[in-house]
Amino acid sequence: MNKVVSSADKAIRDIEDGMTLMLGGFGLCGLPENCIAALVKKGVKGLTCISNNAGVDDFGIGLMLKKRQVKKMISSYVGENAEFERQLLSGELEVELIPQGTLATRCMAAGYGMPAIFTPAGIGTEVAEGKETRNFNGKDYLMEMAFNADFAIVKAWKGDTMGNLVYRSTARNFNPVMAMAGKITIAEVEELVEPGDLDPDHIHTPGIYVHRIFQGKNYEKRIEQRTVRKHI
Amino acid sequence: MLDKEGIAKRIAKEIKDGYYVNLGIGIPTLVANYIPEGIDVVLQSENGLLGMGPFPFEGEEDADTINAGKQTITMLPGSAIFDSAMSFGMIRAKKVNLTILGAMEVSENGDIANWKIPGKMVKGMGGAMDLVASAENIIVAMQHVNKAGESKLLPKCSLPLTGVNCVKKIVTELGVFDVLPDGGFKLIERAPGVSVEEIKNATAGKLIIEGEIPEMVI
Repeated sequence: MNKVVSSADKAIRDIEDGMTLMLGGFGLCGLPENCIAALVKKGVKGLTCISNNAGVDDFGIGLMLKKRQVKKMISSYVGENAEFERQLLSGELEVELIPQGTLATRCMAAGYGMPAIFTPAGIGTEVAEGKETRNFNGKDYLMEMAFNADFAIVKAWKGDTMGNLVYRSTARNFNPVMAMAGKITIAEVEELVEPGDLDPDHIHTPGIYVHRIFQGKNYEKRIEQRTVRKHI
Repeated sequence: MLDKEGIAKRIAKEIKDGYYVNLGIGIPTLVANYIPEGIDVVLQSENGLLGMGPFPFEGEEDADTINAGKQTITMLPGSAIFDSAMSFGMIRAKKVNLTILGAMEVSENGDIANWKIPGKMVKGMGGAMDLVASAENIIVAMQHVNKAGESKLLPKCSLPLTGVNCVKKIVTELGVFDVLPDGGFKLIERAPGVSVEEIKNATAGKLIIEGEIPEMVI
């Protein structure tokens, strides 16, 4: 069960034009930086990217936007990126904005083998347009479909060669639910260890969900909003 | 009249011992600074944290530890980390006792608009639609009028909605308002130095005034 590949380039080798990708992370936190760099280098185009945010102009998915590799973004919040806004307003980029919990739960549904979920989020808003609704116990819910992604690309703190993953702090965010949801899941980790090095009780994503794993390098881990308090 | 800090201070009085609270971006974030002494609350950040603490000291920032506004934060003892699906699971399941968020418009039946200005701003709803669709206790913190001087407390929202019939209470620089189940903004308290007349003039939606309205104490 050795799932190790030698590099990000190898991990993404068969990602092709027009595919649908899930990319873990919240803002710039917990992003698969190495795979994004490899995708930019490879130059695949026409991608549909499912990711909570769209990065900033020079980091994260923003790097792929800059090279016009993304046809469509499916996100919940995209406000930090001028190039994104330009492409959106000019019609070059298609964007589907969906509630954050709906985004996460549609990933979860895919990973749990469920075709759809019901959520009240978006009832009475434009998010509900054209969607089936059901009333349970007097309250309306929207039916939202599980995602169907060719690849899920996630970032974990530690992983073993069998693909078991452990995340660190709020860099966990969307990574575990996306890891469960890809037809093929690629995990990049800060530290790759041997089977047995991770406590089975502490695994967040069991290796069965992960198809390829590698130890990333040169993590920048950029901070979007550096907020501090003064020493008194 | 209250400033932003004043609005945050007044809202903090609504927080009760034992509450799990989700604070939105903007004025709601400031509420964390005014939680009354002796009250035990846990702050939820919807990117996946219960137990959010203050900003880190300079030099102690951790890129992996941020809040839903993408700000560097710390975790208090007893914190718990979880993924985004569970985060909205606990919101949907009504485990979070109080949600405080900002708004561009609120209507007299409790509809809220805060995610999109067609043709101008398209940033997205983030977690706001999930929060307002499920939370039972929603307080809106906002300015009473917009930059053009127009009331944000309306008969009907003009902007795309975030959620319907969900806002329970509003705190603005002018006062505190309950949104009644049958419709209408019921004036509960006036901000210091603000007259009922001023509030009437700044409120486009149905305003309900019963008896003497006390000035708030903060």
